[in-house]
Amino acid sequence: MSSSVTVPIEAELAKDAVTPRRRRARGGDPSDTRRTNWWATALIAVCSLTVIIPLYLAVSVALKTPDQLVSGTGFELPWPLNWNNFAVAWERTDFPRVLLNTAIITVGSVAFTLLTSSLVAYALARNMHRPFFKGVFYYLLAALFIPFPIIMLPLVKQTALLGLDNPAGMIILYTIYGLSLNIFIYTAFIRSIPIELEEAARMDGASTWRVFRQIVFPLLMPMNATVGILTCVWAWNDFIMPLVVLTSPADRTLSLAQYVFQGQYNTDYTVAFASYLMAMAPLLIVYIFSQRWVISGVMRGSIK
Amino acid sequence: MATVTAAAASKPRSSAPPAPRKRSKLAPRAYYWFVWPAVIAFAAFHTLPVIIGVFFSFTNYAGYGTWDFIGIGNYINIFRDDRVLQAYMFSFLFAIVATVLTNAISLTIAMGLNAKIKARNFWRGVYFVPYILAVLVVGYVFQYLFSNSLPKILSGIPLFRDNILTNPDWAWTAIVVLAVWQACAFSIIIYLAGLQTIPADIYEAASIDGASAGRQFRSITFPLISAFFTINVVLSLKGFLQVFDPIIALTNGGPGTSTESVTMLIFRGGFTGGEFAYQTANAVIFFIVITVVSLLQFRVLQRREADF
Repeated sequence: MSSSVTVPIEAELAKDAVTPRRRRARGGDPSDTRRTNWWATALIAVCSLTVIIPLYLAVSVALKTPDQLVSGTGFELPWPLNWNNFAVAWERTDFPRVLLNTAIITVGSVAFTLLTSSLVAYALARNMHRPFFKGVFYYLLAALFIPFPIIMLPLVKQTALLGLDNPAGMIILYTIYGLSLNIFIYTAFIRSIPIELEEAARMDGASTWRVFRQIVFPLLMPMNATVGILTCVWAWNDFIMPLVVLTSPADRTLSLAQYVFQGQYNTDYTVAFASYLMAMAPLLIVYIFSQRWVISGVMRGSIK
Repeated sequence: MATVTAAAASKPRSSAPPAPRKRSKLAPRAYYWFVWPAVIAFAAFHTLPVIIGVFFSFTNYAGYGTWDFIGIGNYINIFRDDRVLQAYMFSFLFAIVATVLTNAISLTIAMGLNAKIKARNFWRGVYFVPYILAVLVVGYVFQYLFSNSLPKILSGIPLFRDNILTNPDWAWTAIVVLAVWQACAFSIIIYLAGLQTIPADIYEAASIDGASAGRQFRSITFPLISAFFTINVVLSLKGFLQVFDPIIALTNGGPGTSTESVTMLIFRGGFTGGEFAYQTANAVIFFIVITVVSLLQFRVLQRREADF
């Protein structure tokens, strides 16, 4: 990448940081002159049935009456459609409240994670030659080796003691436990941002905080997307942490509500499946509309 | 440094590293303010529970009431406990089979997606769907599939007719199916990212030289994505060893305790079995096992990487 000296640094930087990544992320390469591989297309299409069949089963059972279900395997086309299951499931799982709890935890975790992880990673990446910061980096990274079951039992005592056995506590925990991986993702990227830009701003009298807020954070957008997606999916779908940490039934998340529901009405399949669908729907709908963006975000995180 | 201008910075990367070293030993104070709160919070909610756990693993604390130090009694008992050994056996068997299947399937699908196929972005989107669904919720759908649908569809095969989830010898395979179904989504994307880093002209050159498809895979594709292979294998084995959600959804550890994983044992014994101290000792051993396994894998796989 040999651009002329007259290119303003912002443009240079933007090009440097964004272009190669975007090109990689976009699957279809117009310069790909190979002939269409029909064998591969067929293989991919057939194998994708394994993804689609369980989802079809979920929809098909959720739209049946118990009588329609008993006589068949569950795969028969549901007819006439029985939308009533959704209304019953809505009532029984207290869906609006559960959805709100999950949304609060997820949005809170993503917001806090983006703010704190990027800030910490910035401080670490810019001071990696100093023993203190290097030590902190490896201290946080080492935690990647410690699986959740290890801290599960003492943690529950601790959150109960501190009054953090609620959504606020969950947000704190997701933010802290995500730190290790997020810092790993961020620092590699921050180090590729030229430091001169920040130095120039500093010459103009900007404080470190202002440099971060107005210069570094905007440049981190691609990584913010990656970290945001990973955190969002994790916090939304997590089961074991809400299961052990949350104590009040009023604080239940979507996954937890399905678990409780399953325990209470374990043979009421049609209503249960309507409930499962409603639990899967919000993230699925968001995903359908942002599919390319989500996948390229995840891919970006895997290429260092 | 005062002379740095935008124009002078046209080759930013080369001049970046030496600049900060000229400064004093201490960083500007703001950087410490950015880092300290995170370190304290992390120590309080991650390191402290680890230390407390290790501490209690040397006691006979039941999770309530009084406790006494009993030295390494818990650790000795764990090695004599059949239920614990069975949980480790199950976790390892499950994790190894699931890791092999996940990586074999993901790599195949990723190569298919990387070929020139119709509607590639659509298929890529479909294969990623399992990642965004909660394993537990999908697990309940699979539970119905195994316990109600398959017995009717495959009524000719005794294994499926009698509901595979209630079969002590084979229930674990159903858990493997669910876990692999979910894990493939993420692995496929990682492999695809790796495959896209390989320039197409290498393959062109290889086909001109008459290399078969199998040969191209062995000599080009696999060596060039081996770093992605390493990371995928290490991450999947580590994740599968801690399996929890799929078991809750499908068998709840049963029949009997035949599909009880280590995580599940820690959860059950620690919270409802009055074995707080005993299961924290189990957790400490589990941590050592997972760390050793991960490091071993890294060493073996990276040595293989270097061979090419």
